[in-house]
Amino acid sequence: MKEKFSTQFVKAYSFLGQNNIEVKKALIAEILTFMRDNTILPCNYLADETAVHWPKDEEFEIVYILYSFSKNEYVRMKTRIKEWETIESAAGVWTTADWLEREVYDMFGVRYANHPNLKRILLPEDWVGFPLRKDYNVRLQDVEWVRKHLGIDSGQKYYVGEARHEDPNYITPTD
Amino acid sequence: MDFVIDNIIIPLIKIGIVFGVLSGVVALMTLAERKVAAFIQVRLGPMRVGPHGILQPLADGVKLMLKEDILPAKADRWIFTLAPIIALVPAFIVFAVIPFGSTFNLFGKTIALRITDLNIGLLYVLSISSIGILGIILGGWASNSKYPLMGALRSAAQMVSYEVALGFSIMGVLMISGSLSLVEIVNKQKEFGWWFVFLQPLGFILFFVCGIAETNRAPFDLPEAESELVAGFHTEYSGFRFSLYFLAEYANMIAVSAMAVTLFFGGWLRPFPNVALPGFLGLLDAPLMGPVWFAIKVAIFLYCYLWFRWTWPRYRYDQLMKIGWQWLLPLAIANLVATAAIVLLFVRKG
Amino acid sequence: MAQAETLFDASELTVSMGPQHPSTHGVLQVKLKLDGERVLDAECVIGYLHRGVEKLGEVQTYGQFVPTLDRMDYIAAVSNCLGYCETIEKLLGVTAPPRAQYIRLIMTELNRITSHLLWLGTHAIDLGAITTFLYCFREREEILKIFENYCGARLTTHMFRIGGTQYELYEGFQDQVRTFIQDFPKKVDEYETLLTENRIWLDRTKNVGIISAKDAIDLGLTGPSLRGSGVQWDLRKAKPYCVYSEFDFDIPVGEVGDTYDRYLVRMEEMRQSARIVSQAIDKIPDGPLMAKMSKIIKPPVGDIYHSIESPKGELGYYIVSDGSTMAYRARVRPPSFVNLQSLKKMVAGHMVADVVAVIGTLDIVLGEIDR
Repeated sequence: MKEKFSTQFVKAYSFLGQNNIEVKKALIAEILTFMRDNTILPCNYLADETAVHWPKDEEFEIVYILYSFSKNEYVRMKTRIKEWETIESAAGVWTTADWLEREVYDMFGVRYANHPNLKRILLPEDWVGFPLRKDYNVRLQDVEWVRKHLGIDSGQKYYVGEARHEDPNYITPTD
Repeated sequence: MDFVIDNIIIPLIKIGIVFGVLSGVVALMTLAERKVAAFIQVRLGPMRVGPHGILQPLADGVKLMLKEDILPAKADRWIFTLAPIIALVPAFIVFAVIPFGSTFNLFGKTIALRITDLNIGLLYVLSISSIGILGIILGGWASNSKYPLMGALRSAAQMVSYEVALGFSIMGVLMISGSLSLVEIVNKQKEFGWWFVFLQPLGFILFFVCGIAETNRAPFDLPEAESELVAGFHTEYSGFRFSLYFLAEYANMIAVSAMAVTLFFGGWLRPFPNVALPGFLGLLDAPLMGPVWFAIKVAIFLYCYLWFRWTWPRYRYDQLMKIGWQWLLPLAIANLVATAAIVLLFVRKG
Repeated sequence: MAQAETLFDASELTVSMGPQHPSTHGVLQVKLKLDGERVLDAECVIGYLHRGVEKLGEVQTYGQFVPTLDRMDYIAAVSNCLGYCETIEKLLGVTAPPRAQYIRLIMTELNRITSHLLWLGTHAIDLGAITTFLYCFREREEILKIFENYCGARLTTHMFRIGGTQYELYEGFQDQVRTFIQDFPKKVDEYETLLTENRIWLDRTKNVGIISAKDAIDLGLTGPSLRGSGVQWDLRKAKPYCVYSEFDFDIPVGEVGDTYDRYLVRMEEMRQSARIVSQAIDKIPDGPLMAKMSKIIKPPVGDIYHSIESPKGELGYYIVSDGSTMAYRARVRPPSFVNLQSLKKMVAGHMVADVVAVIGTLDIVLGEIDR
């Protein structure tokens, strides 16, 4: 595989006995098709597809977890994209990716090109915001909802910044 | 005076008794259903109202009567009210021709243990039970809503299809007994010494299966099953009107069981009706034992109804219709032809 | 029925089996496009039970996150627990002591039986066989009593801890489990007499919801649904975790991939689970219950993926750790979520009444799908 996609290849490493391959995002669809069809490790099953948000680099890391029935092995493919970029959909390679990518879109806002039906799946259609991003403030969401629908001040303390409860920078809500 | 007593008072008393007993049995069936279901399902069923839940039907009746009477806004009020009544009444008036026993003497008068004896009794029963289907269609239509109407049409289609097979299945009995009168049919069974079920086993099975489909009971109860998309014709009904449909279903069940007993199992005859019984067992031959035998046999059939409902899954609608038209109807016709052949060749020689 | 169609003059009707429905297991909405009685297309609308479990994984410590996971697949809560604990243990590089692993195995297999019993009860009741539901719950009651005696909870048990188990086995545990396991195969036979050869059951489930092996793998179907299509793949044998490699059991496989095959596969799985438990219950070794590790769990930086065979399919956990006490990304790969995608393919061309059967046979739990 290295030979074919050497320009896209970034690194391959093994951590705790699990194999990871990281590639660049440009030819991701062809790479995935190659992973599915090659004879050395035919990955005919996409176990999972998800994303991790790295706000410091303003990047998303899209992770594909592949499995090969015949060789009984798991492989992880990773690729990084900037927050505003689109990435090719894997739904053409494995139909499993359909809903998995919809969920990534729903939770992170990653846009997939050539996806058959890119709509929100878990949240209501008219939801604003992408919850699993690191800069999504759940407490702020709650305070705003209470203010909008109940017209009162919820009194919940929220803070701006990373959603970690250890952060001592509390800011009380103002009108 | 005699005329008045014979033709007005006695029939009125008989009607009163039959109606009263029938209503009681219908009420009891609601309890029996829950108790039998419970015992099959390893639990106890209603236990609180009265000893072992005996007064439960009373509680249910009171509850249904006191419920709020909801009338859908766009529904046609008169037909909405009339439909359950149209479903219920035929189920009850079928019992006008069913014989519960032979005759006995009271104060010098010969009283026959039946309300009346129509010489076209069988035809009467078949036609009256068809009217009940109208009650269902009207109920679905009057609700003025898409889904009850679809459910009602499905129910009606199912009932009509199985009516055809039902009619054919009892023709064998008709041929053997040579008469449409139900009293004659029972008397013929006494004459032959054999219940007709032994002469017409296939006819009986077909009749009972069609009967279950007629009354929309499991395994043919898809039109009224809760897990179906279309909730059935009685969606919009609540309270007392709903209870009327409910009672109509049970009354129909009892009617089908009573017909099965009359046509195939000897009506009010005891087992081995022509074998003389020694000594005190001769009591079992008394005319008033007739209704008792009848009741026992009907009870067994009703239990079978309940047993089937709680044991088997239900058929899908298209499979149901397929069975009715592709299996039961040809079998019924085959039964008819075979019976005709045997009757011609062996019984009516020449 | 033809009359009804002309009455409404609709060649295509869109009907929604709404979120509140007696036979969708949980809050699931299925939008069906119908042509008369035939289903042309089915679209699932999910998310009614979304609770943000993955976001919670980022604000709770690893130990705190375990009970949250119970609430995902609330029917097979023990499997959720097992998967997560094993994942974190792998990340930390510790192994639970043998006694803990045996206890984990027994509880997980009992939970598999529980989950399949519930599946059977609800599937049967959807198709009209009401009594089976009550028989299944009678057996399930016995197992839930065992769970309650062990950890105090029946449904959302928080049985295992990262590094082992916390609770010691109670007195009488082995006898109680043994009595149950001895009776259980007879009970499964009872269910089989009610349903397996029943003409009506066969008519309702044969050739309904067929999916080929190739389609199944492409759609990501796992668990008994995949095995019903003929693919012999079970994570307990393919990638043994816990102490499964020490036990002797078979993987039942179907042929055609229809509802009836999946039914047979799950019935047989119940028997095999009973077999595993009966082998394990006699061999529980003595020893400590928790591995030696620090109280505060701070895994090294990195990521890991580990999956187990839950009763519904492949339940996977992908944890990204940044070295602190809370996960950076806690991703759960829910089997029911991916299984539900295949509803569209299975249901096309069938009748409306079959949709209910297919939803039942996929064995979905909305808690898992929506998280």
